[in-house]
Amino acid sequence: MTVKQAIAVTVNGKQYQREVEPRLTLADFLRHEINLTGTHLGCEHGVCGACTILLNGLSTRSCLTFAVQAHGQEVTTIEGLAEPDGTLSPLQQAMAENHALQCGFCTPGMLITLTELLRDDPNPDDAKIRETLTGNLCRCTGYSGIVAAARQVAKGGRGIAGD
Amino acid sequence: MKPAPFAYHVPRSLDDALRQLASLDNAKILAGGQSLVAMMNFRVVTPDHLIDINSVEGLSGITVEDGRLRIGAATRQRDLEFSTEIAWHCPLMRAAVLLVGHRQTRNRGTIGGSLAHADPSAELPNVCAAHDARIEIHGPDGVRTVPFAAFNRTFMTTAVEADEILTAVEIDLWAPGHGYSFHEFARRHGDFAIVGVAALLDVDDGHRVTRASLSLCGVDAMPRRLPAVESALIGRVLDDGTIDDVADMAGDLETIEDHHASKSYRQHLARILSGRALREANARACLQKARAAS
Ligand code: FES
Ligand code: FES
Repeated sequence: MTVKQAIAVTVNGKQYQREVEPRLTLADFLRHEINLTGTHLGCEHGVCGACTILLNGLSTRSCLTFAVQAHGQEVTTIEGLAEPDGTLSPLQQAMAENHALQCGFCTPGMLITLTELLRDDPNPDDAKIRETLTGNLCRCTGYSGIVAAARQVAKGGRGIAGD
Repeated sequence: MKPAPFAYHVPRSLDDALRQLASLDNAKILAGGQSLVAMMNFRVVTPDHLIDINSVEGLSGITVEDGRLRIGAATRQRDLEFSTEIAWHCPLMRAAVLLVGHRQTRNRGTIGGSLAHADPSAELPNVCAAHDARIEIHGPDGVRTVPFAAFNRTFMTTAVEADEILTAVEIDLWAPGHGYSFHEFARRHGDFAIVGVAALLDVDDGHRVTRASLSLCGVDAMPRRLPAVESALIGRVLDDGTIDDVADMAGDLETIEDHHASKSYRQHLARILSGRALREANARACLQKARAAS
């Protein structure tokens, strides 16, 4: 057992202070220390993308990041995407409408990755959406609904005239 | 918890990082962590100390000066992807970085990490091989620079000693308008390549090749330049027949063989992908010549 270190991490706008072992991954910190279990762990070695969160606004594998590395940084998880009153984000709404989830295990990672994409590139084409999703595995849907949800928001965001 | 226990250190300067590296037993440098942490989660690697260089000043950045491109070791793959300097001056690297992992891993992964990890199928070391990059390494006795040919010694082994830190990559730029191409075959987009090919070409006004570089990853314990193919290209106009002939030479290469792919399959990929890469690099070089002339 190594010495614990004090960290302060801002998650979804709220600051959390904890003492953690350096080997605690950011994913385990989110799930076990602050009980935000929306972030899922599939492979725990950087392959499946289920654990994707935003670290200072950039999509990141939380299974390949240590919680101590997030000290003083800002994290956004799936729990931070909806409005405080529970209103779903346009992408979350579109995922529901397009049957973009079945078991839902991959969904948090999918939403985080696509939220980042649509923020940086509000009108991506299908090829770009699919290329971006290569880092997120889904065992249920076959991806079509997920791509359709992203496309719906992309169009909604810019309008067809933007094409 | 997945990884074994370790102590965590956050040096602010390169000197501090080097001092810690020299004084701590079984210490590892943590940069982007996209390979190291995965290996730690498997407990394949169990360092007692992690020295996180993400807060060290001056280790990242992309600069172009006097025909030379310099990339700090802690520069993220994402920054290579979105850099106009890279896109403009070293388009081979931009083409290759789009094949490295995924958006989420490129957001964290660094060029220095790719080089120090030295996976034989990795794209960025192959670009450095094609470009005869120089690798800057700091140690207790100061700084030294190693040509890429002497850097990647064998399978996942580099010239960086246990008390040293890889700090930058330098590349002498090719002439503006040179031809470039990176082609690979991987089972899934973002996986390490089974075989990858990096090609660079310069042509004269008559479209004869004046300079050529061809480097393959995934065929040997480290990226492999093909000097015989390169010299066979010089002075030739690359029509389809010529490209098929030199691609056959690439396909005759001795290659490694493992559970991912047999030797004959790797040779097949070496031939097909070399042909594709040379064709594309040549088309780009000739187009740029035609543009410059009009
Ligand atoms: S759990 Fe992190 S990538 Fe699979
Ligand atoms: S919905 Fe089940 S894994 Fe994607």
